[in-house]
Amino acid sequence: MSLAPYRQPIRRDRVFRLLQSEPDFSGTRDGVILYVDDVSVSFDGFKALDHLSLAVDEGELRCIIGPNGAGKTTMMDVITGKTRPDSGAVYFGRDIDLLSLDEYQIARGGIGRKFQKPTVFEALTVLENIELSLASDKGTWKTLFARVDTAQARRIDEVLVTIGMQDLRHRAAGALSHGQKQWLEIGMLLMQNPRVLLVDEPVAGMTGNETERTAELLVSLAGDHTVIVVEHDMAFVRSIARRVTVLHQGTVLAEGSMNQIQADPRVVEVYLGEEE
Amino acid sequence: MLTRRLLTSDWGGTFVLGLLVAMLIAVPIANLVVPPDSPYYLSSYWVALLGKFLTFALLALAIDLIWGYAGILSLGHGAFFGLGGYAMGMYLTRQIGDQGVYGHPVLPDFMVFLSYEELPWFWLGFDMFWFALLMAMLVPGLLALVFGWLAFRSRVSGVYFAIITQALVFALMLAFFRNEMGFGGNNGLTDFKDILGFPVQARETRVALFLASGIAVILGYLACRYIVTSRFGRVLIAVRDAEDRTRFSGYRVDHYKLWVFVFSAVLAGIAGALYVPQVGIINPGEFSPIRSIEAVLWVAVGGRGSLFGAIVGAFAVNGAKTWFTVAYPMFWLFALGALFVLVTLFLPRGIVGLFRRRREGES
Repeated sequence: MSLAPYRQPIRRDRVFRLLQSEPDFSGTRDGVILYVDDVSVSFDGFKALDHLSLAVDEGELRCIIGPNGAGKTTMMDVITGKTRPDSGAVYFGRDIDLLSLDEYQIARGGIGRKFQKPTVFEALTVLENIELSLASDKGTWKTLFARVDTAQARRIDEVLVTIGMQDLRHRAAGALSHGQKQWLEIGMLLMQNPRVLLVDEPVAGMTGNETERTAELLVSLAGDHTVIVVEHDMAFVRSIARRVTVLHQGTVLAEGSMNQIQADPRVVEVYLGEEE
Repeated sequence: MLTRRLLTSDWGGTFVLGLLVAMLIAVPIANLVVPPDSPYYLSSYWVALLGKFLTFALLALAIDLIWGYAGILSLGHGAFFGLGGYAMGMYLTRQIGDQGVYGHPVLPDFMVFLSYEELPWFWLGFDMFWFALLMAMLVPGLLALVFGWLAFRSRVSGVYFAIITQALVFALMLAFFRNEMGFGGNNGLTDFKDILGFPVQARETRVALFLASGIAVILGYLACRYIVTSRFGRVLIAVRDAEDRTRFSGYRVDHYKLWVFVFSAVLAGIAGALYVPQVGIINPGEFSPIRSIEAVLWVAVGGRGSLFGAIVGAFAVNGAKTWFTVAYPMFWLFALGALFVLVTLFLPRGIVGLFRRRREGES
């Protein structure tokens, strides 16, 4: 265990927590919405992330690729507050330090996450899944007496149309196909009105047709939202990517357009070589 | 609107509630109005027995709310039931007054026996019924609040949570066994005389306690039903099935668990408070871990995650227990074991699972 946090009880570059008001999630600094700065994470000696640095611009559609164990999912865990890194910093928007926030604060602040394995609430209907993800007051008492108002109902319908499930709204989510669950989870993210969507393997288990529609959806979301996609499917990445980051052994190996990446001999060696 | 949501959208629950109401009407009549020589006469023994079952049903409801919906398995709900029972027992003990064996105007018999000079501070106020009732809810609620806050904040869940709840109830049992605790040690509190000025043994009092228990079960059921049909209830199901997903949807999972755990503890406390005057005793045996496990098994047998299944289970298992311990006292534990093996193997959704179709898209 690292003792570093205890050696420095008061950081001079930070205001006391209790003096801070609610974090302000709006805005960006120089157009960069998410900035991962020199983050390292290790599990029992295995370096999952090794001095990883990454900057994502607002409205960008970024693809992150890399072989298994490259640290893609760990990176998402760090950004969403699930894993605390050993060192480094993650900034969001103008000056939010994500590492000081809990998962629910990060989620409410505008970072939505889709899991690698599609995770929906299987015992609930599609509609209830979407409703639960509604951006609203999520305190216990408010939720106990919550009702869906007209504006919210409209938003729910909108998202159901976007993900093409308006006719399946009363279907139990557990009865959906794998691809439909992926879409439902993306719909749930949209309900949160996130500024950043972290999408882990969105087309795993999808048919060709579904993959195509997913690509269209993600491309259409970029611009209004910042979309970060982790994917193994190279054809899919090629079809949507404008900018690609290659992770390898917990750090950034290369970054650039798909063509630049494909021409990079190091990338070919560790990753693309295996695929093709 | 609310009627539809709480009742008619769930015919099984409404049916069980109807049976309860019928029982609340029929039992007092059969006991108080029907003459003792009639075949329809119901003795006071049965009134007290059914009243006891009702308090068990309320305890089962409390467990089903957290286990069936939020996935929190508590093997220590007897702690809250027992504490509620002790609060009521303290009131009843204070009510004995100078009718005790030693005839002391203030101190209960066991305190005179242990040569107490004066009443311990934590016994103050328990001569008032409203105070005792308040404590029967507050003490379990506060214990659940502190215990749950520590557990849920550290994300203790699943079997680990179940084990520490066992430790909790076991610790309480050991503590209450000690005479120095001031709760009557292993004898507990008993020899009650009056409740609210009425003799506890009287027929009318028993019927009143029976009715109070029945009303508590009905209100408890409706409150639980309100919770599980609200968005809050759907968050609980979400937590049960995909805790991480719920967290990343912006919910503070620990707050939700804590809220429902405290509510459940309060329900269990009320059940305990109603139980004690009907059985006439409360002792540390209520805190024995096996009792808490048994209560979870009522829910498992009845059918987890339906609320009314908990009521059915509490009546079915305790009914069987009463019959067996009279007819074949040697075999009850074997029968209990067999019951649970059979239910686990053949009825994973409990008794009500036999009648209940898979939930369709109600909203």
